[in-house]
Amino acid sequence: MTQSRDHLAQARKARQEMQELRFASGRFCAQICRPQYPFASRTGPNRGKFSGVSFAMRHYSVFAIVKEALGYHQGWERAWRNPTPKAQYDAIIIGAGGHGLATAYYLGKNFGITNLAVIEKGWLGGGNTGRNTTIIRSNYLQDPSAAIYEKSRSLYETLSQDLNYNIMFSPRGVIMLAQTEHEKRGYLRTAHANSLQGVETRFITPREVKELCPIIHLEGPRYPVLGGLWQARGGTARHDAVAWGYARACSAMGMDIIQQCEVTAIHRENGAVSAIETTKGRIGCNKLGIVVAGHSSHVADMAGFRLPIESVALQALVSEPIKPCMDVVVMANTVHGYMSQSDKGEMVIGGGADGYNNYTQRGSFQHIEETVRALVETFPMISRLKMLRQWGGIVDMTGDRSPIISKTPVENCFINCGWGTGGFKAIPGSGWAMAELMAKGHSPLADEFGLNRFREGRFIDESVAAGVAH
Amino acid sequence: MLLLTCPYCGVSADETELSPGGEAHLKRFGPGSSDEDFEGYLFMRHNQKGVHFERWRHTYGCGKWFLAARCTATLEVFGTYGAQTPEPPKEIIAKIQAKRPDWSLT
Repeated sequence: MTQSRDHLAQARKARQEMQELRFASGRFCAQICRPQYPFASRTGPNRGKFSGVSFAMRHYSVFAIVKEALGYHQGWERAWRNPTPKAQYDAIIIGAGGHGLATAYYLGKNFGITNLAVIEKGWLGGGNTGRNTTIIRSNYLQDPSAAIYEKSRSLYETLSQDLNYNIMFSPRGVIMLAQTEHEKRGYLRTAHANSLQGVETRFITPREVKELCPIIHLEGPRYPVLGGLWQARGGTARHDAVAWGYARACSAMGMDIIQQCEVTAIHRENGAVSAIETTKGRIGCNKLGIVVAGHSSHVADMAGFRLPIESVALQALVSEPIKPCMDVVVMANTVHGYMSQSDKGEMVIGGGADGYNNYTQRGSFQHIEETVRALVETFPMISRLKMLRQWGGIVDMTGDRSPIISKTPVENCFINCGWGTGGFKAIPGSGWAMAELMAKGHSPLADEFGLNRFREGRFIDESVAAGVAH
Repeated sequence: MLLLTCPYCGVSADETELSPGGEAHLKRFGPGSSDEDFEGYLFMRHNQKGVHFERWRHTYGCGKWFLAARCTATLEVFGTYGAQTPEPPKEIIAKIQAKRPDWSLT
């Protein structure tokens, strides 16, 4: 007891000394240690202005780490506030996953809308944002997909600097294996489409595949590797950090992130949303964004419209950690498996989704078996690895396997859903487009992803191009 | 693992023996229908969190299509019945209501 008190007293003293040193030497200016976060100051209509209320956010830097190290790391503050909801907001986003938080962030950054609440049933980033295999790529066939996923990938490149939060973006490269003649022709076509779209990809030979990923077995008896679609700028990022970084930046802009608050009803007046009912009371809003992935149909039902979506379970698993053996992401869509190695050394494995409607966040056992069976043939060295843990998430699948970023039959209510098995890579681009749609009424990135495309037969049919794995 | 009893051959089959076929009791609309009805039939789904009526095929068994009532939030199966049934039969509804008194067919 006394020991810990001594320890705290020491820490306090060290902190004081550090502060005195700072003021005495003048070497650390207040700007470095505690700046106002520069929102909307570099881009957007409110260029050069602070938008609404902003809160002091501690800038993370090497200086901050050194300073805290001297104070026994006792001085770190909460990264975001935990406020109680106000009675009324300009905009409410339902869902504090990656897509919801990114939408809020770009609404503030690009359009100066900061009187905003993000409502979350559980904890932020606890849904699919915390359950995916963290793969980032943009090698899609159709133009609208390539545009939004490439926007997203390019935003990921500078997201750590943008948010002042290390999201550990690792552009290690992604190979999509061609294991049948049909798939080879498909990827050659995608590579040509990508060069027209300005997305850098290349079809590579089996030898190049082996050079990039030496642990791969090229001569499978049934599915030999015939080549691959290589995107050198794809890779992975730390999924939790993406949610946390956006949450911290949103909170600093004055937005309220309200966790453990479930939406129970959506109130409408004259065909427009006026308020939402939650477990923490009624909250009024001028605009509503629904960004809830697997629960989209459930929340849309409260707002009084239906969606072309079915929710199914998608699983992933990791092995025990091993020494570095693979520094690229490999996806084998014909056999339904993909694998990369995390920074901790675990082999991160994903596969196909279940085929039946499910909200339980756990999947069927035989899908794990199928995925691992396929990957053991492609990567024989993993056959003796132990599985460390396995989990499932609920993914929202649309009829054409492309997302929906759209207005809805309810005025001032917008929806961003249908990312299915490939949402993580799209977080920044999706937030960017959804924010533009909510602020301006349309977005060049989102226009093709409207709900009305199903009625009009304008599908963005990536299911043909992407197979199962995203 | 999900177990469903095939109403035709009576076998209690696990999901590896079955193929899921999506929402049941869809009302079909074809040529001459409105765009909205056709879109609803092709794409719009209730996707309930809770009691869900759905199609299954006993693929690696008798091969017959059948229907099931199942809860998507708990995976509880209430019962299975023949595919040539335009709406959920009374005994299935009674079975669901015995376990979920607040539930009603909408």
